[in-house]
Amino acid sequence: MIQFNQVYKRYPGGHEALKDLSFEITEGEMVYLTGHSGAGKSTLLKLIAAIERPTSGSVLVKGQNIRSIKREAIPALRRNIGLIFQDHKLLFDRSAFDNVMLPLQIGGFDHRESAKRARAALDKVGLLAREKANPISLSGGEQQRLCIARAIVNRPAILLADEPTGNLDSDYANEIMHIFKSFHQVGVTLVIATHAENVLTQFPARELHLKQGALL
Amino acid sequence: MSSLIEHLRVLRTTLLRLLLTPNATLLNVLIIGIALSLPVGGYVILKSVQSLTGQLTSTPQISVFIKVGTGTGEVTRIGDKLKQNANIERVDFVPRDVAFKKLQQSTELAEVMGDLSQNPLPDAYIVYPKATDATAMESLRDELKSWSQFDHVQLDSAWVHRLEAVLGFGRLAVAILAGLLSFALIAITFNTIRLQILTRRDEIEVAKLIGATDSFIRRPFLYFGLTQGLLGGIAAWLIVSGSVLLLNHYFGDLTSVYASEFSLLPLSLADSVTLLGFSAYLGWLGAWFSVSQHLWQIEPR
Repeated sequence: MIQFNQVYKRYPGGHEALKDLSFEITEGEMVYLTGHSGAGKSTLLKLIAAIERPTSGSVLVKGQNIRSIKREAIPALRRNIGLIFQDHKLLFDRSAFDNVMLPLQIGGFDHRESAKRARAALDKVGLLAREKANPISLSGGEQQRLCIARAIVNRPAILLADEPTGNLDSDYANEIMHIFKSFHQVGVTLVIATHAENVLTQFPARELHLKQGALL
Repeated sequence: MSSLIEHLRVLRTTLLRLLLTPNATLLNVLIIGIALSLPVGGYVILKSVQSLTGQLTSTPQISVFIKVGTGTGEVTRIGDKLKQNANIERVDFVPRDVAFKKLQQSTELAEVMGDLSQNPLPDAYIVYPKATDATAMESLRDELKSWSQFDHVQLDSAWVHRLEAVLGFGRLAVAILAGLLSFALIAITFNTIRLQILTRRDEIEVAKLIGATDSFIRRPFLYFGLTQGLLGGIAAWLIVSGSVLLLNHYFGDLTSVYASEFSLLPLSLADSVTLLGFSAYLGWLGAWFSVSQHLWQIEPR
């Protein structure tokens, strides 16, 4: 599903974010990306979603090489990837429901079918009662769950989460990890960047540990 | 089907967005409307003047009056000679009796004419030249003037030529104005859309992150430009039509005094459709330039 071969990522200015990474994540696998902040976890996720391109080496996602992917092919790739951001990236000019509708509108789904799916996704993360709320009125945990609902609403094959429990207390964190676990059970490939020890011990899975851009 | 619904959804959002900032929208629409109404108004004036000259004789002709007292045989011979001239297309004969009767019937001069015991009018030929440009007409007139049998040679339509030249100048001026103000309309839309893209940066970024294609992101901006252009066109139509009504009301008083029939023609259906279509297209074009220019600069990081 996801394959890294001798991947280097150097940012303009000379900072080397990733060094000689080679690993594979198979379909339906759940993997943690661990390491201190600045170790390259976010950069690695950005490479998978084609937000950044590797400086050298190859990144294969569902058979497509991110290093040489055409600009026009990126939207189709991203529709297969659910992105969950640390800063949520929600839109505050519309309701929670409309935020979740956005990927479906982009995908060109029928409106009635979309509405049904959006409500199902909101229900899944426990926010159905708040569908009309503006995201700015939601708590941090609720915003994170709304971001998850938006990421899963068009049923992507891959979910990428960057510190999804980052600034949440442990109850919220557990709740979110349970949601992820249920996706894992239905065959979604999950890559979760985290440095929360309690998460790693309570929900064990393979760990890719990064240190200064290199795999340990 | 779902794509039609999608287009309708975008159109609805666009209209809501226009209504959300009523002052800015009104201002933009007015600026576009005023800018467009200038060349359109010029066009209306040109068309009205042109139709005025159309009512009058627009085929250039030369009238030649034969000396009074010339015999019938001689008059016929002159006619044949005129017909043989290589520069002349066609010749109409106006016998003095016919001209006299016509004059008696047609004008206020009838009373004066009725008192005349005999016909003072000469026989005349109306000559239609082959070449109708001013120089050819003038040289033909000079040639005919040199004939001894003619009392008077009159080039009737010199003023039509002059008016045509003025109209041609007017048409060029309107075309230049239209070109410049079309450019202004594109520039106005370009800037409006640029500001919109800047204020909606987050939305564009998020949309790109969750797999929106360029055309999906571009669409609402193009619709916005199109709608704004169309509204501007409607404003221009209202400005021009209102002005025509107002001016015609005033002309009505003025022209009844001078017994003339001049009035400004309202915009025809075809002209109106062209105006609205063109303004909508220009709005779309301005938006397209703006989006092409600015959208690629927004990439998620």
